[in-house]
Amino acid sequence: MQAYLDNSATTSVCDEAIKRMNRTMTECWGNPSSLHAAGLLAAKEFDSCTAAAAKMLSCEPEEIFFTSGGTESNNTVLFGVAKAMKKQGNRIVVSAVEHSSIIQPARQLQNQGFDVIFLPVGKDGVIDRDALFEAVNKDTVLVSVMTVNNETGSIQPVELLKKAVRRAAAPALIHTDAVQAFGKIPLKVNALGVDLLSASSHKIHGPKGAGLLYIRSGCKIAPLLYGGEQQQRIRPGTEALPAISGFAGAIQALPDINEEFKAVSSLRNYFLTELKSIENSVVVSPENSLPYIANVSISGMRSETVLNFLSERGVFVSTGSACSKGHRSHVLEALDLPPKVIDGAIRVSFSRFTTKEEIDLLISSLRDAQKYIRH
Amino acid sequence: MKEIILIKDGEIALKGLNRSTFEDKMIKNIRWRLSDLGEFEFVRSQSTVNIFPVGDADIAGAAERMKYVFGIAGFSRAAVAEKNIEDIQRVAAEYLEDELYGVKTFKVEAKRSDKKFPLTSPEISREVGGYLLSKFHHLTVDVHNPETVITVEVREKYVFIRGNQIKGAGGLPVGSAGKAALMVSGGIDSPVAGWMMAKRGVQLNAIHFASPPYTSVNAEMKVHKLLKAVAKYSGRIRLTVVGFTEIQEAIKDNCPEELFTLIMRRMMMRIACRIAERDGCGALITGESLGQVASQTMQALACTNMVADLPVFRPLIGMDKNEIINISRKIGTFETSILPYEDCCTVFTPKHPRTRPTPDLIEQAEALVEWNEMIEKAIDGVKNITIS
Repeated sequence: MQAYLDNSATTSVCDEAIKRMNRTMTECWGNPSSLHAAGLLAAKEFDSCTAAAAKMLSCEPEEIFFTSGGTESNNTVLFGVAKAMKKQGNRIVVSAVEHSSIIQPARQLQNQGFDVIFLPVGKDGVIDRDALFEAVNKDTVLVSVMTVNNETGSIQPVELLKKAVRRAAAPALIHTDAVQAFGKIPLKVNALGVDLLSASSHKIHGPKGAGLLYIRSGCKIAPLLYGGEQQQRIRPGTEALPAISGFAGAIQALPDINEEFKAVSSLRNYFLTELKSIENSVVVSPENSLPYIANVSISGMRSETVLNFLSERGVFVSTGSACSKGHRSHVLEALDLPPKVIDGAIRVSFSRFTTKEEIDLLISSLRDAQKYIRH
Repeated sequence: MKEIILIKDGEIALKGLNRSTFEDKMIKNIRWRLSDLGEFEFVRSQSTVNIFPVGDADIAGAAERMKYVFGIAGFSRAAVAEKNIEDIQRVAAEYLEDELYGVKTFKVEAKRSDKKFPLTSPEISREVGGYLLSKFHHLTVDVHNPETVITVEVREKYVFIRGNQIKGAGGLPVGSAGKAALMVSGGIDSPVAGWMMAKRGVQLNAIHFASPPYTSVNAEMKVHKLLKAVAKYSGRIRLTVVGFTEIQEAIKDNCPEELFTLIMRRMMMRIACRIAERDGCGALITGESLGQVASQTMQALACTNMVADLPVFRPLIGMDKNEIINISRKIGTFETSILPYEDCCTVFTPKHPRTRPTPDLIEQAEALVEWNEMIEKAIDGVKNITIS
């Protein structure tokens, strides 16, 4: 038996996604821009994918842009807004715990002369309200805070961003990186008050290679790439229809968000209860975090050793964030945890396909780890 | 804090005894626009309609959609307060906090429809204004030219507090002026013409002529896309696609080249009138603008108008191309309109079209062919699609 408990890194591809991709690759493999019937069929499939995504976010289809994934969506936001709104201001506000696909572009922009503010978070992993209101000023062109943190699962108060922008009467656009939240909590762009939102296919049982960017109509953003006329020239290039179809298939296969949220919450509670029996175990994830992610630490055992040990037994988890192998996580550091806890942190992340048996296997393997690993 | 939407009727308010019919139409249209955002309750009073969300209905999304509903002059999101001055003050400060931090000057306007409320309107304004000044030290009152006007409305059951009003789409509720058929080719003008008539309360049907293989499926898809953009304002549009190849080929084979376009337009007009009447439309709508092209000179329009049994509305008749383009950008049809597909109006265009045709000349040319059978065939063979 295996236990795949690294669903925040990626997820298995669901049948509905595979089916729809197969159909696209066998039946509508035309170029959506072609003028003939084969192209038209592909264009229709593309429109139907767009509609599925728009429905998820309660927005209009023409506000959805498909990209290659979360990283591209985030890069497009940072560089695109900075370029398009240069004349309106020089400040960019992001949280200190963003994914590296926000942090790195933000540093690049800092080097180019932008006044970039990295908002600190408290011990709960959440940005500080006052710090946010202070950081956003009349000169701010972009505020970007993730919906859910990928390492700890803490949920950020995204609705506050709009408050901050209105207070400062800033020209700023508001972005949220919702890669970890999309499909897991209800995301209505108007209620959230965001102008831009990133999401990714492979975190919700779709294929890799597809992501989306929501852009509120009327918002100014420059493209990263130049070329064809596709996707309103915001994202030119022939649409990656098989991957996009898979993404749409995965979206349509999502069960009721609230039901699944409850189911996953009870799984996580089960895990955390069982974990108590393991000596020196600490829950790193803050109270308010998303049930899909449980960041825990067994103080004294290095996370990489634990990961290797578990992997040999067919149990797959990750250390901190999968994207930052080898570094002490900037997110956990921002939480102000003791180094020993950070060094032992492992991230267990669930999906709707996770079973109780998988969690039992993880727990028994952790117990073995404690018995056999020298520390 | 409970938040609602307050809608201010536009011209409907002037409709006297018919007002409730217009309002019913508008509410029906709004309901349809909000159907996927949750459940909402509608309460009418004086010249406003109030929308209350039920449960977790998406009120922010609903407000966004109000910009596209004809008949609404303006609207605002408002907070609901209890009917006592302390709660009014508290809610005003809390609800408008962000907006107030973004400005320096404001004023409070109070409206009291419940005359039993212990404070008069000026007293309410003073109390609320004073409270806000004590809370937000950066603010000053400016009664002549404030950046934000806070309105406090004391109604029968609740008090509504709102900031600046947002402009609505104006016009009259779609359907209140009857139904008409829009002749749509795929260019810049016809969607704008449809939008303008929908704004005056006209429910839209659409008629498109397709001439495959001279025109492509993409040209028809383009029309779908354009109508979809218009439908965002007008609501559902029933589109009829007429196969026009045979007639266009007959014109090319038998008529003088300089009259191709005019005869084609007369044929279209005849067929469109038949379809429009069949579907209960009271008029046709075209995107014609005087003098824009050879077939839109006064003489040419007279020739095409002669064969129409229904009134033909031409809302763009006195507009410049630039003015039309500005509207098409605003309503989101421009980018689609300029996609380069052949449409039936660009098939077989004469090199030197006649700009001052006479009816005699055209009737003579038309007499050379037996059209009736072809027209019947075209009408029998139409395809209907609902766009929304």
